[in-house]
Amino acid sequence: MDVSQYLEIFIDETKEHLQTLSDQIMILEQEPENMDVINEIFRAAHSLKGMAGTMGFKRMQRLTHDMENVFQEVRSGNMTVQPELVDVLFRGLDALESYLAEILETANEGTEDNEEIINTLNAIAKKASGKEEPAKEEAKAENAAASSSGNGTESKYQSIQVSDFEKNTFEKAKSENQNIFGITVYLQETCILKAARAFLVFKALEEMGEVVKSVPDIQDIEDEKFEFDFSLVYITAEELEKVKSAIEAVSEVRGAVIGPFDMGEPAAEETKADPAKEEAKQAEAEPKPAGNAAAQKAAEQKKETPAAKKTPAKAAKPTVGRTVRVDIEKLDVLMNLVSELIIAKNGLVSTSTADETRNDSGFNEQIEYLESVTTNLHESVMKVRMVPIESVVNRFPRMIRDLSKKLGKKMELHMTGEETELDRTVIDEIGDPLQHLLRNSADHGLEANDERIALGKDEVGHIYLDAYQDGNNVTIEVRDDGAGINVEKVKNKAIEKGTITPEQAEAMSDKEIIDLLFKPSFSTAEKITDVSGRGVGLDVVKTKIEGLGGNIECKTELGEGSSFIIRLPLTLAIIQALMVELGAEKYAIPLGSIQTIEDVAFSEVKHVQTKEVIHLRGSVIPLIRLDKILEVEPGEFEPESLTVVIVKKGDRQAGLVVDNLIGQQEIVIKPIGDYIHCSKLISGATILGNGEIALILEANTLV
Amino acid sequence: MDDINDIQNVEVASEGKQYIVVRLGSEQYGIDIKYIDNIVRMTRITRIPSAQKYFKGVINLRGEINPVMSLRLKFELEPDEYTNSTRIIIIKLESQSPIGIIVDEVKEVVTLDSASIEKPTADAANDIGIKYLSGIGKHGDGLITLLNIASVINEKENI
Repeated sequence: MDVSQYLEIFIDETKEHLQTLSDQIMILEQEPENMDVINEIFRAAHSLKGMAGTMGFKRMQRLTHDMENVFQEVRSGNMTVQPELVDVLFRGLDALESYLAEILETANEGTEDNEEIINTLNAIAKKASGKEEPAKEEAKAENAAASSSGNGTESKYQSIQVSDFEKNTFEKAKSENQNIFGITVYLQETCILKAARAFLVFKALEEMGEVVKSVPDIQDIEDEKFEFDFSLVYITAEELEKVKSAIEAVSEVRGAVIGPFDMGEPAAEETKADPAKEEAKQAEAEPKPAGNAAAQKAAEQKKETPAAKKTPAKAAKPTVGRTVRVDIEKLDVLMNLVSELIIAKNGLVSTSTADETRNDSGFNEQIEYLESVTTNLHESVMKVRMVPIESVVNRFPRMIRDLSKKLGKKMELHMTGEETELDRTVIDEIGDPLQHLLRNSADHGLEANDERIALGKDEVGHIYLDAYQDGNNVTIEVRDDGAGINVEKVKNKAIEKGTITPEQAEAMSDKEIIDLLFKPSFSTAEKITDVSGRGVGLDVVKTKIEGLGGNIECKTELGEGSSFIIRLPLTLAIIQALMVELGAEKYAIPLGSIQTIEDVAFSEVKHVQTKEVIHLRGSVIPLIRLDKILEVEPGEFEPESLTVVIVKKGDRQAGLVVDNLIGQQEIVIKPIGDYIHCSKLISGATILGNGEIALILEANTLV
Repeated sequence: MDDINDIQNVEVASEGKQYIVVRLGSEQYGIDIKYIDNIVRMTRITRIPSAQKYFKGVINLRGEINPVMSLRLKFELEPDEYTNSTRIIIIKLESQSPIGIIVDEVKEVVTLDSASIEKPTADAANDIGIKYLSGIGKHGDGLITLLNIASVINEKENI
């Protein structure tokens, strides 16, 4: 069987399981006694083992197998969860992740055996279950004995239920002097291609007779939805021994239990027997080996395992067919087409308003209808591209845990708003900056534990990661309750590095000084650790976030902590914008950054240090003459008052002076390309309805 | 297959390369036809503030934004005067986005074989400097300056 076609699914599912493992082990570290968590880990490890086995990734299978073993011990109460166990589990997790990375690269798991982790795992399992070992052996031996004698615990076929119709078939067969056998086939647990082996067994049997019924049914066996055994009812003219040897001739079959099928059992139900239930029933019915509690426990485990396995498989089933994996490129194409449609729609709108003769209401109605359809279409396509931020941030708890150990500081990460959604392209890029900020908080932000105690703070440092939607933006806040940023220290460092002169430093506000942190090659960490502080840092974060059309700002309170606030646009390609006129040129200002639009009389313009400002509702707002900055040729007429667009960035404001307002419009952002070195002020261009191009102003850079 | 390709290549080589001849003022320049994506009439150009001087701005070419460069300004000639024959040639270099260049006129397509192309020599350097030159083509009784269009477009400079 060629499994390469399943590789993608395998990779996706493995990622999910690894994430589950990581999450659950994190919880386990906090609540070592939580049985639900332990079960969850066991299940994830078990599924991973099965999947790795199916794909033929032996090393991965072995490692997960040993992890599973340890948890078997924990589940059965033979050991408790110790910190060193959590550590080795995490190391195992890392090893699994590197297997996965290798598989992603080369479709092969590589050659790293991770012998050391496996040994540690085994040692832990052995140490904890020292006295468990012989008991288990005993149970195994008993099992073996049972299977060889052909009855007892393993002849599961006895619990197969038959329908009336099937009963008739049996009666008929009996009258024709055929034998009716119940068979339970056991595959070796190392067997990789279970479905293929089962198929060979079926093939061998069909040559000599007829398989009337199987549990699980044939479809499930083909889909490998069974443990290492399956049972069937078989009608044949051949003798029992011959059938048995035919089955056991198939390779990787551990053994077959075969006996006359007793159909005296009541068969009221027509539904397929639930193997888990059957087994449970059997475990109860089974005679208890006298005085051997351990064996009893083992039997109970056996009962649990398939049940546990069955649950996720069943839960996963209904989702099949409801979701489709789509290549992101196809979505991009779709998105571009929607953009074109919106441009065409804008074209229609502008011709209809320009052409007076077409002023019949029917035409306008249709245009309005088209407008609402394109807007909805755009929203739907955007939604398809939206991914919850969870997929990025869910690796952070683990990272903080590791940092905590590495730095020897106690800290906790609190996350909220993981369900906040962002465009897929943003999600792919935002991980690194966030990781950097978190590391910064952990390393520089939080004080050492004893220092915190001395300051009367909670010994454990707290780092917060909050994400929420705010209008057309998504805000992500990374906050800590550490020492905060020492503005004086930053100032001195900046002077020392020659970034600013002492005179400049005097004139700068605290906020401006903190903004210096975002300049290239600026790290105030007194000692350089390998966690953060290599001089590449916040400036890279800032560049990246601005590249995504967002912005970042920092707030800090000495002794209270600091927070970095990232604002990102919800969508990248299509935005609502205010169209303005400057001279003969048209510009678009993203609506997201606009606060208000004001009409200001010339007399209200004041001068502060040769800069123009206006007084607006209690705050002083600097005026920016866009025509000067953009070198626009001035228009001919002199306006009576100034039209000022107030834009905001965080809590700072600026007033942009424009000649004329055109109106609000949905615009498609197009890149200008990299031939032209345009100023940072221009973030892109858009095509208007009449084919004209308007440039998009990045108001954030002006504030 | 390979053999057939080889033969075709040889044939092309012996036939020479095709160039589009454009006029800037009184001079004729040749641009290798394989880089030419499109030739459009003069259209409305949107100025980009604080761009390099020789970039006139951007145009809307079938729904895409295309930068437009003035070849005259790039070569430090007199600024363009747009006339009826002014054209924008859209150049598409491999794995780069398209870019338009403004010329006074598009004259003709000529085929030059290697014999009628003179490689540039140091003293052949004329107004536009040797860096943009790939050779001098002789066609009829006129001379055509063959442009190394990649270096014209990709030259990085400080502004």
